[in-house]
Amino acid sequence: MDFLQYIVDKRGDLLVKTAQHLMLTGVSASAAICIGVPLGILIARWPRSRHAVLGIAGVVQTIPSVAMLALLMIPLGLGAKPAIAALILYALLPIVVNTSAGLVGVSPDVLEAADGLGFTRRQRLWMVELPLAAPVIIAGIRTSAVITVGIATLSALIGAGGLGDFIFRGLSTGNNMAITMGVVAASSMALLLGWAIGWMEKALKRRLHLQ
Amino acid sequence: MIVLDQVKKSFDSGETFAVDGISLTVAEGETLVLLGSSGCGKTTTLKMINRLVEPTAGTITVDGRDIMQQGVIELRRSIGYVFQGIGLMPHLTVAENVSVVLRLLGEPWEQRRLRALELLDVVDLPAAQYADQFPDELSGGQQQRVGVARALAANPGYLLMDEPFGALDALTRDMLQQELLAVKSRIMKTIIFVTHDIFEALTLADRIAVMHAGRIEQIGTPAEILKRPATDFVRDLFGKPAQQLKLFDKDG
Repeated sequence: MDFLQYIVDKRGDLLVKTAQHLMLTGVSASAAICIGVPLGILIARWPRSRHAVLGIAGVVQTIPSVAMLALLMIPLGLGAKPAIAALILYALLPIVVNTSAGLVGVSPDVLEAADGLGFTRRQRLWMVELPLAAPVIIAGIRTSAVITVGIATLSALIGAGGLGDFIFRGLSTGNNMAITMGVVAASSMALLLGWAIGWMEKALKRRLHLQ
Repeated sequence: MIVLDQVKKSFDSGETFAVDGISLTVAEGETLVLLGSSGCGKTTTLKMINRLVEPTAGTITVDGRDIMQQGVIELRRSIGYVFQGIGLMPHLTVAENVSVVLRLLGEPWEQRRLRALELLDVVDLPAAQYADQFPDELSGGQQQRVGVARALAANPGYLLMDEPFGALDALTRDMLQQELLAVKSRIMKTIIFVTHDIFEALTLADRIAVMHAGRIEQIGTPAEILKRPATDFVRDLFGKPAQQLKLFDKDG
């Protein structure tokens, strides 16, 4: 009961931090989509670029997130900017990998038909390849979004706000309720987002008749 | 009219030739069947006509125009093609699949729809029932009917068919062959049809070009080829099924 009372007392703060957290996640996931999908198309088209792109993205993925935040803080200063930059970098890999996998997975029969019927490269990409790869691309976006919600809690460390504030404030003041509230809120956000995007993916698959 | 003159194709920059100097002429309204076993170059020959494969040497003209001197996209849109793998777009309805080339050509929706419904009737798929279904709801034979309708959508003068019925069961194949003959008599098209099936060739062809190792062994009407095979290869090719049929007669 004390915990529920605590949430009610802190509801204003909770709302603000949740909004911040969503902003961090939303901005970086959108940017990662805008960068990651074209990169995925690039490596599906020119397999030679695959090694370089996936290599770099892979190395980025292995840098521990706290280290990454600290590193980006040096040029970008404190606040949301380095946090968003770090989140974009982490969100990139699953989107790039899934975009390229989705495109490579389009049936060669369908592609041959598109070529033989006289689709231009651009028409083939927009009318055939991207729609058919869309569910796989969205699965990548889902992975990225869930990762981003998690890592965004750490961005409180460099003053970007978000639900991590409750956790770190609670840790430094020994306030278990604050910690719990932060953890529950962040986890629920990750779960809900993952579920919502997963639902979109399934709906799209059904709509496109891809089973 | 389609004319191939000394056409060659090498996939290994000149070491070996998948197609090794083919010359033939396909007259207006004629059905020419390229017959041969797998690897003989028949599909490569077909694909060169709409530049899915680019010739290494020789010239191909369609309606008197060298195919290498015109835009590849326009060329392909002006020639109907039925694919061995069918290749319907799974995310488009049957009607949308049939009229997809018209969409590329920028025709308005109503006209595309009307044309699609008309063509579905031509290939014996009642439009009312099938137009708004999706390819995954159709049998293999029905899917290839859609493939044939799609190839006819822009009313091309030429139809290239690459083993279109090869993956279908014998009964369905037979039915589709008969329907193709019926369609052909209604809409005069020049057809080049690739197959490895001798009976299919005999059923559909005005003339047959027997191919072997990238070359044409003999070209002629089915009767000419059966009566006067030009090479041992051709004699053997048609001889074996004839023998089998004789044995079958004796057993019966």
